[in-house]
Order: sequence, then C-alpha cells, then structure tokens
Amino acid sequence: MKNYGDVVALDNVSLKIRSGEILTVIGPNGAGKTTLLRIMAFIERPTRGEMFFGGEKVDEENRDRFRLRSTLVFQRTALFNADVYNNVSYGLKIRGFPKHEIDEKVGEVLELVKLDGYEGRLVKKLSGGEQQRVSLARALALDTDLLLLDEPTANLDPRSASIIEDTISRVNRDYGTTIVVATHNMFQAKTISGILALLLGGRLVEVGSPDEIFERASKELLSFARVENLFSGDASIVDDGNSVIDIGGGVKIEAASALSGRVSVYVRPEDIILSKRSISSSARNTFTGSIVEVSDLGSIVKLRIDAGREFVVQITKRSFVEMGLNLSSKVYLTFKASSVRTV
Amino acid sequence: MSLEILEGFRKAIELILSGDPTVVDITLRSISVSGMATLLSALWGLPTGIIVGLSDFKGKPFLKGFFNALLGIPTVTLGLILYLFFSRTGPLGFFHLLYSPIAIMLGEAVLVSPIMVSLVINAVESVDPEIRDLARTLGASEAQASLAVLKESMGSVSLAFTASFNRAIAELGVALMLGGNIRGVTRVLTTTVALETTRGELVLGIALSIILLLIVLAVSVTANILRGRRIWASR
Repeated sequence: MKNYGDVVALDNVSLKIRSGEILTVIGPNGAGKTTLLRIMAFIERPTRGEMFFGGEKVDEENRDRFRLRSTLVFQRTALFNADVYNNVSYGLKIRGFPKHEIDEKVGEVLELVKLDGYEGRLVKKLSGGEQQRVSLARALALDTDLLLLDEPTANLDPRSASIIEDTISRVNRDYGTTIVVATHNMFQAKTISGILALLLGGRLVEVGSPDEIFERASKELLSFARVENLFSGDASIVDDGNSVIDIGGGVKIEAASALSGRVSVYVRPEDIILSKRSISSSARNTFTGSIVEVSDLGSIVKLRIDAGREFVVQITKRSFVEMGLNLSSKVYLTFKASSVRTV
Repeated sequence: MSLEILEGFRKAIELILSGDPTVVDITLRSISVSGMATLLSALWGLPTGIIVGLSDFKGKPFLKGFFNALLGIPTVTLGLILYLFFSRTGPLGFFHLLYSPIAIMLGEAVLVSPIMVSLVINAVESVDPEIRDLARTLGASEAQASLAVLKESMGSVSLAFTASFNRAIAELGVALMLGGNIRGVTRVLTTTVALETTRGELVLGIALSIILLLIVLAVSVTANILRGRRIWASR
C-alpha cells in the first residue's frame, strides 16, 4: 500500500516473483507502475505492507543491504553530467571495486549494449537511444539479483529498442537475473515477459502468462490497451454454428462461435498469415489488401493493411525481406475462424 | 575636471605597476579577509543550502523567503548590529575583536551567508530530482547520494562562492564599522577608497578602485571557466 497524502498510488498490491523470472507490469500512465518499481528498488517505502527478498523479510536494518542487490533503470533517462565511463562505473566505485575490475566490467557491459568504445564520450551528447543504453549498461555492471526497468524503450528508435530488448532477454537467460519491466507497450509485454501483471488505478487486476492475459483480453485490459484488429459489427449465426460478423468496408469475418447482434471481435496480429498469393487452407477467412504502413520493430515488422478495413499483421523482418514487400504491395490475409476472439 | 580624472587614472596605473607597498598590503588584506569570510560562510552555508535544497518540509518556502530577504540587508545596519555585539560592553566584547581583521572577516561572513545559502539552495534544487534516486539505486548511501547531487550542481554552487566573495570584497559598511580603517591593520580596499576620496586624494582612490574591479572581474571570469570544466573526474 502506498499513499501520497490523500492519493492512493498502490492499493493492496501483492506480488510474488520467482528468482530468474521476467515479470512485466503493464498498465496505463498513472497506474502506479513506477511507484511499484521504486518500492521494489528500495528507494521508496510503502506506506503499509511487507516486503520479502530471497525469502528474508525487509526491515529498516537490512533495507540498505537489499538495495545493493537490486537496481532500477529510470523511465526518463537520468544520467550524471559526465562521460560514459564515469556513469557506468559509478555503482562499482561506490562498492569499492579495484580499478582494473571496473575497467574490465565497464568494457564488458558497453559491449553488451553495443556501445563499445564509447567510454570517453560525454553522455549529454549522445542520442536518446544511446543514453538509455548507457543507463542499462550502468545497471548491468552491478550484476544485481534484481533488475528493474521502467519503460525501458519508451520513445526510442527501433534499433536501440531492439538492442535493449535483446539485452534484457540475454541477461535473464545467461545470468539468471530476475527482471521486472514496467511498460504500456503491449507488444513488448508479449515478447519479453514470462509472467505478466496488469496494474490499473494502483490495483493489481490480473496476473498470469502473456498468453493467458491476452487470450482472455478482459475488459480491464482493453480499457487501456490498444488491441490491434478490434472491430465491431453485426453478427449472425450461420448454418454450421459459426457466425459471420459484418465489420463494414465490405469485410465479413467468420468466427467459430455462435454470435448474434452487435458484437466486438479481435484478431491477434500474429494469428494472421500473410501471403503474396491466395493459399488453399482450412482457414475460413481470406481477404486481399494493400500495405499502407510499415513499422520496423527490430526483428519484427508490423504492417498495416487496407482490406476494406485496416488490419495489423506482424511478420519477421526476414520474411518481409524474402517476400519482397513494400508499401502498396498487394497481399492476402488469411486466418482461422477460431482465431477470431470476442470481447 | 576631466583632465584631472585622466591624470588621476594615469597616476593610478603607475602606482599599481610600481608595486607600491601600501597598495599591495591593502589589496592582499582585502583578498585574504574576504576570501576567509567566504570560506567561513561556506562552512555553514553549504551544508545548510544542501539540506534545505534536498529536503521537503512545511516551512521551506518561509525559510527560503527569509534567506532571500536577508540578501538585501544594508551593510551599515549589519555593521552597526555587529558593532554593538563586538563592542566592549556588548555580549561578545570579551573577545576583544573590534577593530581587527577577524572582526571584519566575521562580519562579512555573516553578510554573505544569505547569498551562499540562497544560491546553494537554488543550485541543488535545479539538479534533476532523479539524480539522488539514481545514486541511491546504484548503491550510494544518503551522504554519497547528496555528494552526487552537489557534484551535479557544482557549476551553480561556484556562482554562490563567486557572488559571496564579490559581495564581501566590495562592501564598505561592515569593514568600516568593525575594522575602523586602521592603517596597516584593518585598512582594506573599500575603506581606503572612501577615506582617500573624502581627503581629496583621488589617485590612490582610483588605483584601488581599479584593483577592486580587476579582482571582481578576475574571480568571475575564473569561476566561469571552471564552471565549464568536467566536475566528475575522468578516467
């Protein structure tokens, strides 16, 4: 529980993270994500409640000891007005590491975030993406048990975002670091997290695997999350028990459930198969359209396709290149009736 | 009259360049007394400014307003108050400090303390509030985190030192009332300029005024150059 005067920032939040896990906390701005992370980083005290770290109860006497075992990368890049070396080495110097070890560690983490050779550069002269990578490197240099990241890729260029996401996954995989990421980026939440917690108005409303949470697509999730391919239309039941929903623009979607009346449905971008020719399959939905927008998300490319109504499709960058796609390319969208989910 | 002024300037420059012992003695005394006064005010002003700047408490705006109000205190009024304290019958009379360089130094330290405190508070408050939390999440103790904030604000803190020194060396009231302008003992640049001008000895007055301006200018320029330097040690 955390209050700021009369404002309740966190209300009865109870969360358990296993060692080596990646937990993503999603929620809109003002949901309490940053407050939760600051409490977990031991730089903010909860108004009420208990905290345990590695099974040990946190109290006033051991708080500083636990603070050394966790570190937070801030949302708004906070940097010392110094060069990259002095920023990255700060925590190591505080911990009293000898200089040769500090030099070695700084070089190692800068290589990890693809900033090797940047030691002497002034951080204020780096780009936003590079600055955030310096922040991440500075946290990684400490080898803490718990790494907390507050909106680590917000407003970053795709390359920096991709490097940061890759680094997070790699550090978790190679060093077993427990990671907590706060984000409102649904795509990121789906791709990097092992477990996902939905925070709304300071309350934890859902905790589960990304698949469970997105599969369920609860009203709470949809209340803030921009779910792609969400359509409303009039549904009518057809002979075989399936439904056909007219979503406008001449597009009728077939769903594998008996629906009637006004309904909202959505199709996950990763459930749509993209092809340059019509494919023969069991899938009940096939539409033709042209690419109207291409977004590079690192290893993934997000495409917006106008097929009467706009659909968003995700494919790998490799597929995008191999298929020779570009803006205005004519493509086929195919998805199964069972992939159509109702809200 | 204008010819007289020009002649005064010529002779003044000659006096400075000749290394006149009186001019050197007065100048060195001024620099040392004002420098010590600045350092003394920093002894309590720096921690006070840091603590107030980093804290958030109910009476903070009032306290900041109080220090800001003291910025404009007339030096003769402060000189008079301190004179009463240091005079033989005053509460601090048993120290026998009146008409000594120490009395001027203490008086000037009191005079510039509000400048030191106010500017340090502003300097600390102008630092990104996340810097302190950043230092703490990287393992710094409260003291180390405060030091990190001070390092980040060093450019503005140097302004507090510069402004305090310049105010101390350029003030007249405190030096005159607590020092008494005794030749070879408490005579400083401002008191000598005032005395020599009233006596019609413009040459020495102009020479010392030029020196005073040069000192103020040199201190400000040096502080500006230092402000641009990196505060965090390089590798």
